[in-house]
Amino acid sequence: MVQLTLPANSKVRKGETHTAADAVGDVRRLLVYRYDPDKQDNPRMDSYEVDMDSCGPMVLDALIKIKNEIDPSLSFRRSCREGICGSCAMNIDGTNDLACMRAIDDVKGDIKVYPLPHLPVIKDLVPDMSNFYAQYALIKPWLQSSTPPPPDRERLQSKEDQEKIDEPAACILCACCSTACPSYWWNDERFLGPATLLQAYRWLVDSRDEATGERLDQLEDPFRLYRCHTIMNCTNTCPKGLNPARAIAEIKKMMLERQH
Amino acid sequence: MANDNRPLSPFHHYKPQLTSLLSFAHRLSGIALSVSAAGLVYWLVLLADGPQALESLEILATVPGQIVLAGVTLAFFYHLNNGIRHLFWDMGMGFEIGRTYLTGWLVLAATLLMWIAFWAAVTDLPGGLP
Repeated sequence: MVQLTLPANSKVRKGETHTAADAVGDVRRLLVYRYDPDKQDNPRMDSYEVDMDSCGPMVLDALIKIKNEIDPSLSFRRSCREGICGSCAMNIDGTNDLACMRAIDDVKGDIKVYPLPHLPVIKDLVPDMSNFYAQYALIKPWLQSSTPPPPDRERLQSKEDQEKIDEPAACILCACCSTACPSYWWNDERFLGPATLLQAYRWLVDSRDEATGERLDQLEDPFRLYRCHTIMNCTNTCPKGLNPARAIAEIKKMMLERQH
Repeated sequence: MANDNRPLSPFHHYKPQLTSLLSFAHRLSGIALSVSAAGLVYWLVLLADGPQALESLEILATVPGQIVLAGVTLAFFYHLNNGIRHLFWDMGMGFEIGRTYLTGWLVLAATLLMWIAFWAAVTDLPGGLP
């Protein structure tokens, strides 16, 4: 069901303030979404002042500094800190991004940090992504081929065929795009969302894959594919500069072309 | 496993983009045109009824009536222009971010020009609006 407003238990309240009293240099304030599942309280926005003279340049650096020095109870996902694992995807200054790739200097004023939008929150900046992963599994994101590979070598592709999958294969499944999409907010259980559809496209255009028909059959559905209305939030926000919107349009074209 | 009491993360604060606003406006103008299509049918029925029935349409000459007409025509030109933008997308064209912004601004400019030209023409008609 379309959820236009936040449920009562999700309304965000004002939280605690942590000031950097002894900071001498440049101080930036982060407003961070906090939710503690062990308490019965609503989520809240805590405020943290961070001394930039002893902090790295990225939003993730500030979050790590807060966790290390101010408030060890703050929870967030992070791993590679160089934009390839996709773990630290969150909503920063109103749009989705990887915290490790967003420079603090690029944000004016207070830096507002929320979890990825319209997902159940497990704790603080850690959302439950089970639905997102289940949708990714649904499209069978692996090579399906009934022809056995050559006995003495890999399945070869031409350079042109490889280039078709270069871009969609660069997706790190951080979910920035899907959780930026209003269509995905309203129909997150039936619309597959930009990330999963970009991956569906990646296998549809793979010259070695032989399940193109079955893959298109699976997407031929009023919701799974066609809830995309080219709102473009996905492509606008992708931290890897990919274009899920175009991939979805290409799938729609493949649907039409196979009817003739 | 799933905890039903988990809060839903906020989404209203998501920063509006030109592209998302235009998409929203496309939906809104579509709804407005659907509703006003019923008004158009009503007008056609009145036409068949003869001149005296048309007098009930005087309401459109009032200020609120003029505002509604201005809004409906604006929705019409916007939906038309943005619909053409959608046709290009349906052909797989214009998906680069720079292009979506360029075509978005073009749609807005074309809509405004057509809307002003339309009302200028209507106002100039003999026996037309004041």
